[in-house]
Amino acid sequence: MTFKKLSAGLVAVLALAAVPVQGGTVKIGFVTTLTTPAGVIGRDMRDAVNLALEDIGNKMGGLDVEMIFEDDGFKPEIGKQKTDKLVQKDNVDFVAGYIWSHVLLASRKSVLDAGKFLISSNAGPSQLAGKLCNKNFFSTSWQNDQTPMAMGEVLNQRGVKSLYVIAPNYAAGKNMVSGVQRAFKGKIVGKDLTKWPGQLDFSAELAKARAAKPDGVFIFYPGKAGGAFMKQYQQAGLDKTIPLYSVFTVDSISLPKFQKANMSGVMGSFMTQFWAPDLDTPQNKKFVAGFRKKYGRYPSFYAAQSYDTVFLIKSAVDAVNGNLKDMDGMRAAMEKADFPSVRGKFTYGNNHFPIQNFYLREVVKDSDGNWTTATRGVVLKNHQDTYAKLCKM
Amino acid sequence: MTWALLLEQFLNGFQLGVLLFLLAAGLTLVFGIMDLVNLAHGSLYMVGAFICATLTELTGSFGWGVLLALPATMAVGVIVEMTALRTLYARDHLDQVLATFGLILFFNELTRIVWGPEGMVIPLPAWLDGNVEILPGVHYPTFRMLIIAVGLGVAAALYVLVVKTRTGMLIRAGASNRAMIGALGVNIKTLFTAIFGLGAALAGLAGMMAGPIIEVSTGMGEEILILAFVVIVIGGIGSIRGAFIAALIVGLIDTMGRSFLDVLLSAAMSASAAETAAPALSAMLVYILMATVLFFRPQGLFPPHGRQ
Repeated sequence: MTFKKLSAGLVAVLALAAVPVQGGTVKIGFVTTLTTPAGVIGRDMRDAVNLALEDIGNKMGGLDVEMIFEDDGFKPEIGKQKTDKLVQKDNVDFVAGYIWSHVLLASRKSVLDAGKFLISSNAGPSQLAGKLCNKNFFSTSWQNDQTPMAMGEVLNQRGVKSLYVIAPNYAAGKNMVSGVQRAFKGKIVGKDLTKWPGQLDFSAELAKARAAKPDGVFIFYPGKAGGAFMKQYQQAGLDKTIPLYSVFTVDSISLPKFQKANMSGVMGSFMTQFWAPDLDTPQNKKFVAGFRKKYGRYPSFYAAQSYDTVFLIKSAVDAVNGNLKDMDGMRAAMEKADFPSVRGKFTYGNNHFPIQNFYLREVVKDSDGNWTTATRGVVLKNHQDTYAKLCKM
Repeated sequence: MTWALLLEQFLNGFQLGVLLFLLAAGLTLVFGIMDLVNLAHGSLYMVGAFICATLTELTGSFGWGVLLALPATMAVGVIVEMTALRTLYARDHLDQVLATFGLILFFNELTRIVWGPEGMVIPLPAWLDGNVEILPGVHYPTFRMLIIAVGLGVAAALYVLVVKTRTGMLIRAGASNRAMIGALGVNIKTLFTAIFGLGAALAGLAGMMAGPIIEVSTGMGEEILILAFVVIVIGGIGSIRGAFIAALIVGLIDTMGRSFLDVLLSAAMSASAAETAAPALSAMLVYILMATVLFFRPQGLFPPHGRQ
């Protein structure tokens, strides 16, 4: 073969490779935690994504959807590796998911530098809402500080004067603490940041909290650590003396376990959140009923946000009729937040975090005797996070 | 800071130490006598906790759950030893690490398939679920008192076993010179299986004691295994006495660091710097201790005879 022929062949091969795969699919990578004790959260998210895909007939803008789930193993470095793999090897159009703020922060650059869309289905670190905001980043959840700020308001309304704060020592834990500190008008009498995710025994922190004699204890312990904390709080007898206020600690994943162990101290406890299973919107009714029918349990807020993620992406791909090269068109469509959300109608702020309501939720029994939560009014209306003004975009 | 708080934190540290001892005792025996690096020791801790949770649910009693789960966990240990680990004794440590790491993955996946990813809660009877006033104004959870009692009981029983019985003599001889006791006609195979079974039961017991506090879940063993390794390195590999003392030291240092380091640090730096530095530093304390011990006494604080 002459050099000419060879180079011609090469050119042809290169040309072939350069043609985008127009097989009529939109590829979405979804990074979550499927192993470790936190794997149960990832399962809830994956189940919600699969339910959403079923509900939309696995079609977006005329294209088939190919969803690729990856497990971050609860570790930032593994999350980044899996993100790299999704972006470089699978060449996905969207990367979504991310439970943990530190995993999202580690993986952020891999997606955004490649010019792809990054959708957070849970984590809302302050950095991404402020200085590190990006035109291709969207959140279907909240900024970390917002939910504890709503809790701070609740504490003010209830006349709590002194508070002891216990949270894990990582990106989201620090945001949660700063959130409650910003809104709470009383005195913070003590604060403990614990090793994350390793520490599950809180005996030393509980002893300090008891000795500080606060009006209330505020905690943020997502996943398994939350169950451990609640149990130890009760065993120490603190549930009878100091009211416990939590965010992201009691959820639909932990409640059935609490019920099984008959941890009555949880019943009637309060939390704040942007969503609740009983929230009265058409999309939420459809989602909760569908989820309970398919999986036989209540969806968690992680599931709700993941369900929204699929519909947000669908709104983008629909708007450009499946022309995935039209990034500007898809971005403009997502900025409108023009999709049926489980939280009802909301708008996006300049940093692409939702401006939304936060509700007070109480743990109650449903009509079948299952433990769930019920909405008890709006705490913050159309609330925007405080980092939005730092976002230059 | 009051004396009541100091006492409570001391008990908390003691309780953590005792729990670590239950895990480290088996690990140090297996490592010291069988010369086997068993990363899957944490899996036995997890399996023990899961079996106990299931049996507690079936029998409706935590006591029966523990009593029945102990022989069951021992049986799991014996099966693992006879089927998988026996082939590894002659291999070098790296092969053992690889194989027992494989066992971790196997057991994690197995528990996920059998018990599901959501984990389990071990319900305690009402009399154990509360707390007692040990001194005026000092409340301490009853169950943590039970852990301390069980741990001290196991330590005493192990002491009698190791120092006063013929099996104990073989165990001590094995820790000192493995090849020699084989040459003297002792059935090493049976001894190894028995030791591994005992270690498995102790690891399982640790899991059953931790389960009602931290919940039972897949992968719970890996979180505590590292600390158990730190304990046996500090105590001297193969030494039960060393494991006991080192476990208490590690438990106390870890708890006291978490309790009082932020107060100490805030004397030297701003409060906001102290509150982020303290948890990071207190997490490092036990490793700093291990490094110090390794530097001055590489064989550990209380190595078995013949290994000094």
